[in-house]
Amino acid sequence: MSEIAIRVEHLGKRYRIGGQQARYRTLRESLVAAARAPWDQLRGVRPGKERYIWALRNVSLEVQQGDVVGIIGRNGAGKSTLLKILSRITKPTEGYADLVGRVGSLLEVGTGFHPELTGRENIYLNGAILGMKRGEIERKFDEIVSFAEIEQFLDTPVKHYSSGMYVRLAFSVAAHLEPAILLVDEVLAVGDSAFQKKCLGKMQDVARLGRTVLFVTHNMAAVENLCPESILIERGSIAASGRTETVVAAYNAQINKGLEASVDQDLDWVGDSEIRCVGVRLLDAERNPMSYLGSGQPGFIVLDFEAKKDDLVGVGVAVGIDTLNGTRVLTLWSEFSGQVFRLSAPRGSFLCALPEGLRLRPDIYLLSTYIGNQYRSPHVVINAAHLDIREVDFYGTGRLPDRSQGSLLVPHEWILR
Amino acid sequence: MTGSGPVATAKSIARSGPSVFRVEPSRGWFGFNFRELWEYRDLLFFLTWRDIKVRYRQTALGAAWAVLQPLLTMVVFSVVFGQLAKLPSEGFPYPIFTYTALLPWQLFAFALTESSTSLVGSQNLISKVYFPRLIVPIAATLPGLVDFAIAFVVLVGMMLFYRVPLTIRVLVLPLFLLLALASALAVGLWLSALNVEYRDVRYVVPFLTQFWMYATPIAYSATIIPEKWRVLYGLNPITGVVEGFRWAMLGTTGELGGQVWVSSAMVLLMLVSGLIYFRRMEDTFADVI
Repeated sequence: MSEIAIRVEHLGKRYRIGGQQARYRTLRESLVAAARAPWDQLRGVRPGKERYIWALRNVSLEVQQGDVVGIIGRNGAGKSTLLKILSRITKPTEGYADLVGRVGSLLEVGTGFHPELTGRENIYLNGAILGMKRGEIERKFDEIVSFAEIEQFLDTPVKHYSSGMYVRLAFSVAAHLEPAILLVDEVLAVGDSAFQKKCLGKMQDVARLGRTVLFVTHNMAAVENLCPESILIERGSIAASGRTETVVAAYNAQINKGLEASVDQDLDWVGDSEIRCVGVRLLDAERNPMSYLGSGQPGFIVLDFEAKKDDLVGVGVAVGIDTLNGTRVLTLWSEFSGQVFRLSAPRGSFLCALPEGLRLRPDIYLLSTYIGNQYRSPHVVINAAHLDIREVDFYGTGRLPDRSQGSLLVPHEWILR
Repeated sequence: MTGSGPVATAKSIARSGPSVFRVEPSRGWFGFNFRELWEYRDLLFFLTWRDIKVRYRQTALGAAWAVLQPLLTMVVFSVVFGQLAKLPSEGFPYPIFTYTALLPWQLFAFALTESSTSLVGSQNLISKVYFPRLIVPIAATLPGLVDFAIAFVVLVGMMLFYRVPLTIRVLVLPLFLLLALASALAVGLWLSALNVEYRDVRYVVPFLTQFWMYATPIAYSATIIPEKWRVLYGLNPITGVVEGFRWAMLGTTGELGGQVWVSSAMVLLMLVSGLIYFRRMEDTFADVI
């Protein structure tokens, strides 16, 4: 049996979330809070509006040396928190992790690149940031440059680079770091597909040299190719682990029922709204329940709610749609459509009618929900569910954009004059 | 913190060869890992080098700023305090008297300002990569040395012009430089860590440096301070630095020894407390920033 490279025991991370989204405070807020605390206690008000969420709880796992393990799960499930703890960026709240040998992490491509500096200068800077010694960078310099294919632009400031070149250079520096354990977050989502393949190949090489790789991604094909074993993280704990096929199947099952799943009431609850979202569903044009929508095909997004009173006024509702990388694609908001609702029952549903459907590239997207009444901060559920947009011959030409060509489908025609 | 503390297990790991690192909840206030800091010295070098490079590449006048700032301040001070207010300058021409003090002051003020905002300015690094956080405020205090060196050349020129002889005392100058940087870092540690949680700091710093400048004998001579206030006045470590600079470059007289010791003790106190505070806050930087 090979040696253990990573051992994680009962790891947990708790974050504080304030009444507002603001993460840092001003001194005034702290002073006011301190001054008010005794009064609040007298009045029996619980101190502050601070709430805590466990981004990760009771996670235990072992990874053998030389294993390449995929970590999958929905956005906000805790994958990135796990990587952040293992790469020492943030401390766990409880539990511990033992890591054998040098740990290299690649949580974001091009961290610390400075636009004013040239490619050559950025290689040194970025290498040092990732923990390489100067001699080490010098030794690997040529290799890094040729892998990134930027020879001619070595002395050009990177602000003049195309995004592809930028990503290539950044990945190349990180790939030539030679850690015993490599932690990689969703970094391959950027860059063109040829380069993605090259990067995956490089990671395979890394693994062949007996190094341990933890790989977070939404790209199921990449996980299946690269990682014999995987871990599925759901709501801060391990939902499945073992052979990748089984774990990916579990993940897919979860996505497919994603839109019917009710929203966990405590998790991610921000705000003091008197109304909250308890579920989100899809309906087709005939109002039959669906687990997906075709690109540009009419349907409904349904948001089930629960209110504290049965006569709330000034109720607004919104759904945000993000790509798996977390880029907002669009927001469907009652304020945009010029509507404000008055409730007459404590339970019910908002249907968002989409007569022209969602003109999005076939892919998995993430739905976030917002619901609130007047003068209250809304109940927000970030990444409440996956939204599966399936392929339809939208343009009638059999052609659809790939990921690098954007998410939106817009009917168009070219005219020569 | 709730929950179970770390439990001693990891049998199979304990006997394996390479170094094992344990990631666990933070405990204790002390325990700076200076060895690790040393291992990241290349990063310190490259961050400093980056700041210098970018600074001179992005400014149109580049190196001229390093000279213009103290020179123009000197002109203003010479007119207002030297000509109009006729403040004494211990027998030296007022311009060179104040310029000699402005050099270490600007080094200090620049290093202080830069290091105070350094952590927040490196936000994306801190939330994406691990390295000893202490590197960031330290690296921010160093680029000012380049400006200092350029402005120093002008000082030598002025000494030739005013025929002030250079003496062997100049060899002590690096010590005062070190004291200036250490003071800036000490305050910078406090302010940069505070700035992560309270963004008020960026409004405080300009005022702080302004008040501090007038509390330091730059535009005037420390000799005009009444005797009974001298001890209190000496608690400002930059007073020691500035007086030391004049002593080393111009050959001012007056007993310096006591002042330098008080200043050094003050800096040491601030530096140690700054380190402790920084250490205490460090673990939450990535979560709060």
